[in-house]
Amino acid sequence: MEFGPYLMLATLEGAVSAAVLALTAVGLSLVFGVMRVVNVAHGEFFMLGAVVAWTVAHWLGGHPALGFALALVVAPVAVGGLAAVADWLVLKRIGYDPERTIVATIGLLYIIQQGALMGFGPEARPVEPPFNTRLALPWIEWGEEGLRLVWPWGLATTSYKLFVILAAAAVLLGVWALMARSRAGLVMQATREDREMALAFAIPVGRVYAGVFGLGAGLAALAAVLIVPIQQAHYLMGGDPLLLSFIVVIIGGLGSLPGTVLAAVLIGLTDGIVSVFFSPTLAKILATLLVAMVLVFRPQGLFGSTAR
Amino acid sequence: MGVAAVSLLTTSGLTRHFSGIHAVEGVDFTLEAGEIRALIGSNGAGKTTLVSMICGRIPPSAGEIHFDGRDITRWPAHRRIMAGMAYTFQISSIYAGLPVFENVALAARRKRRGRAAEAATQEALMRVGLWERADQPAGDLAYGHQRLLEIAMGLAQSPRLLILDEPTQGLSEGEIAAFKALIRELAPATTILLIEHNMSVVMELAERVTVMDMGRILAEGTPAEIRANRAVQAAYLGTG
Amino acid sequence: MRGGGARAWTLHLAVLVLLLAVQFVLPAYHHGNLARIMVLASYAVGYNILFGYTGLLSLGHALFFAAGMYGLGLAIKLGGWAAGPAIVAGLGAGLLLSLAVGALALRTSGVAFMIVTLMFAQAGYLAILYFGAFTRGDEGFVIPREARMIMWLDLADAATRYFVALALFALCLLFCLWLMRQPLGRALIAIRENEERTEMLGYDTFRLKLVAVAISGTMSAAAGAAYALLFGYVGASFAAVQYSILPLLWVLVGGAGTVLGPFLGTLFMFYLIDIASGLTTAYMMIAGVVLVMITLFARSGLLGEARRRLWGWLP
Repeated sequence: MEFGPYLMLATLEGAVSAAVLALTAVGLSLVFGVMRVVNVAHGEFFMLGAVVAWTVAHWLGGHPALGFALALVVAPVAVGGLAAVADWLVLKRIGYDPERTIVATIGLLYIIQQGALMGFGPEARPVEPPFNTRLALPWIEWGEEGLRLVWPWGLATTSYKLFVILAAAAVLLGVWALMARSRAGLVMQATREDREMALAFAIPVGRVYAGVFGLGAGLAALAAVLIVPIQQAHYLMGGDPLLLSFIVVIIGGLGSLPGTVLAAVLIGLTDGIVSVFFSPTLAKILATLLVAMVLVFRPQGLFGSTAR
Repeated sequence: MGVAAVSLLTTSGLTRHFSGIHAVEGVDFTLEAGEIRALIGSNGAGKTTLVSMICGRIPPSAGEIHFDGRDITRWPAHRRIMAGMAYTFQISSIYAGLPVFENVALAARRKRRGRAAEAATQEALMRVGLWERADQPAGDLAYGHQRLLEIAMGLAQSPRLLILDEPTQGLSEGEIAAFKALIRELAPATTILLIEHNMSVVMELAERVTVMDMGRILAEGTPAEIRANRAVQAAYLGTG
Repeated sequence: MRGGGARAWTLHLAVLVLLLAVQFVLPAYHHGNLARIMVLASYAVGYNILFGYTGLLSLGHALFFAAGMYGLGLAIKLGGWAAGPAIVAGLGAGLLLSLAVGALALRTSGVAFMIVTLMFAQAGYLAILYFGAFTRGDEGFVIPREARMIMWLDLADAATRYFVALALFALCLLFCLWLMRQPLGRALIAIRENEERTEMLGYDTFRLKLVAVAISGTMSAAAGAAYALLFGYVGASFAAVQYSILPLLWVLVGGAGTVLGPFLGTLFMFYLIDIASGLTTAYMMIAGVVLVMITLFARSGLLGEARRRLWGWLP
């Protein structure tokens, strides 16, 4: 394949990972933004989403679309519910102390991951996509008779991959509407601005926190349901999304939703494009170092402003 | 400045803005070696901000600070302390988890080692009357005793300039009297800069008084002059 | 804080004498375990100097452990160095890396410090995988038996290995006990208790914290180098996140800011995980449960609780 079509293919692959990453990272960012804690177990909620999706599809049988549709609902709700319970059982009791929360969520990470190993097993298990039409893509070429469309061999995507991008965009719009337009969003914003004041105005901060923690985990689970027909479910699959979400949230400015989405698109696209041309390990090394440097020299993120 | 020796501390044009608010605006302030100076003014007049810039807790937006003839404007706080400043916090900032003795020993150890540091610690604790409580955790002390511990931590550094931010707040009558006596003992060797709300302490202790209002110096003079100053009366001492 | 010195030295020397004595009665399996535990406990003692005494929670200490391990391992494998100079290479790598990471990471604090150290360690782990041509990546490499000699000491021999592990552990433990009675150690504790106050007493807190990172990192590197030399294997798994979490776990269990806590925590968790791994492949579940339980119910760990309730003099 020529360079141009190759780049286009890489961009498309990048867009898929950017979409899934944006969903996962927005979940992490929401939790940090409202509760001011870092959830290290976030990647495991992602993994649980994939595991639940496989379980639902496997148990239901029949046409893959049926299981997938059910998983789209069941996985976020189940995982979000579990996260809310964990919030109530653990985080609430340690008063959301930032450092102790990190230690406790490291504990949760191991419990969930090893629990999945016991219940789900060490194998990677595939989930069939609900639809998967191959879509060949055209490329514009300067030929002898001027511009013309060609159909390079291998330049193609699937209907499912396009669906992932659109679905993620729709969910992100929904999250934005929830935060900016709804009463629940207002309550969350108020809690984020000033916890004491929110308490004084009789906002049930405890329930808001459990809800936000559940919502964050639910978004990660949803992202996993979307990606699992492409990637397979595995009990160790939570590591990369956690690391990448960290990177995105930090570069986008801690707790800022638009910054997070922007950074997710940037990182997802570059990760996709870079790993087509370079070693993915080298890309990860550079990305982690970049994050560390951003935190050291520009803690408000690359897209954030200094004033708070 | 007259023929006298170089002033211990001078600030020129010292300014600090907090997101648009002028907390301190163009303050020229001079402190002669050996004097006891009181800094008064209503809440929000900029006293703590001014003093925090002097000891390096917050950087100034503009202006210069000279201490002992050297430009210390860009020095970090710890370097200013080592040059001979000591600062006691307005809101008691002690090591609640450590024993009283260790609180003061940490201050004493900056300039002395071993037995000399222990001796200085003991002396400072005896001066403020906390020696019997040396082994208690500092967090268990009553509020007034924590204020005295702050002062002891200042004393143990043997500073040339001791900055006290509202030291008598929360002290009993008896403790205030002891505090006045203590400061008078220190005075010739140690220069004292005192932010104070208790007017009896100001009038009895201070040789000179500086009045701040809205981030600027409103007046400066002896306690008697300040009491007679109409602008001060209008702005601050209204109640007498 | 004053006094209690003689009692503290007696207690810690007694523990070391006990460790010296038990090797003659222990069955081979536990004998080998205890040697391993003492090396890992040295790592935990190093971690504790930064976390327990200075109050800085790092999530990237695997980088320093691995620096010692690979500094020594690569010097032997690629440079053909003898064990002695290779140890120096390992320690030097740990010192340099901890100074570099500290100088950058200490510009942040709290949660940001945790994430920055985590990211640097992750970059280090990935770098080991990336340079697989030299490090043999995940698979790792074995240090040949003939390289595991210091003068006449054959470190592959079980009895010698135990002695060397004990010597390293004794050195780290007594150093920690000594350090925390020095003005430097006291200043580190002061930073943990109230950093702003410490700065306003004239302490250069940034420099002191950097010194703490360097001491802690170098001690971790010493443990890493000893591990490679005593057990003959160098592998990327020792640089992975899990090896940053483990010392935190050991110190939390044993008691942060206590001299003996790291050893007790390592001993306890080693055997707990050892038993669990006989029952299930998901033995790290134990680590997770213990971490959650500790944060919920026993913030100060085994020795911390003992100090709070029984022996206030315990260092």
